[in-house]
Amino acid sequence: MVEANPSICLLWWEGCPSTEAALAELRAALEERGIDPDVVEMREIATDDEADRERFVGSPTIRVAGHDLFPPGDTDPVGLSCRIYHLADGRVSPTPDPVLLREELDRRLK
Amino acid sequence: MTVGFTVPAFDLTDTEGGAHRLADRAGEPATVVVFTCNHCPYALAWHDRIAAVARDYAERGVEVLCINSNDASRYPADSPEAMRARVEAERWPMPYLHDPTQEVARGYDARTTPDVFVLDGELRLRYRGAPDADHDQPALQAAWLRGALDALLAGEDPDPAETTPVGCSIKWKAG
Repeated sequence: MVEANPSICLLWWEGCPSTEAALAELRAALEERGIDPDVVEMREIATDDEADRERFVGSPTIRVAGHDLFPPGDTDPVGLSCRIYHLADGRVSPTPDPVLLREELDRRLK
Repeated sequence: MTVGFTVPAFDLTDTEGGAHRLADRAGEPATVVVFTCNHCPYALAWHDRIAAVARDYAERGVEVLCINSNDASRYPADSPEAMRARVEAERWPMPYLHDPTQEVARGYDARTTPDVFVLDGELRLRYRGAPDADHDQPALQAAWLRGALDALLAGEDPDPAETTPVGCSIKWKAG
């Protein structure tokens, strides 16, 4: 169960160039749902210690009410890296599949 | 690393233990050096396109040499063992070389995975950058890389000769 106005956070690392694309897609998806896209909190992960503390499995990571929109596996390595996503057709991507992103947002925000 | 200049020599070992001296490529039509890795989504997204280039141009005397320079102590997915496992599982058509000191990556001023360098028979840099314009568009088929090779094999200058490499940063060792 998520709170009425859950926090939406994008965790990013400067060594990965996908932040801008991921943020644009996230903001568009929120706007489509009547949610102010400016609610997205950007949080930089800059050190290994921060990555460990946040259990950061790569950039970008999107969390709604503190929960990863695409929960990583228990064995996924924590650290400063670009995150591997899989598109609906199975291809590897540095950003979430736009359709899956919207489905997960709908699930988390209802 | 400037287009037109001779690139630094290297002598690296592949996942099967084979030695690869860049100097041995002198006089060959073209050589492609690709800095890549196992854990980067950009490198993975472009991989099949680069492998297809290796297959398609082999008969024309082109060899593709992939190099992993990442710090495997911090990124275990880039360890020699993981490199070997991937080459076997995916049946790579090109050697995957390990750069344990990162000296080769530094010598080439490699920035990302992937970062592509096309060399002529005199081991001069003739193209440097991304394989094509979009990691998310397999239909592009590494068009910039293929275009550079086609130009070089036709005795012409690649155009563009340089694009911006896009991908994950090279994972340098601390200190």
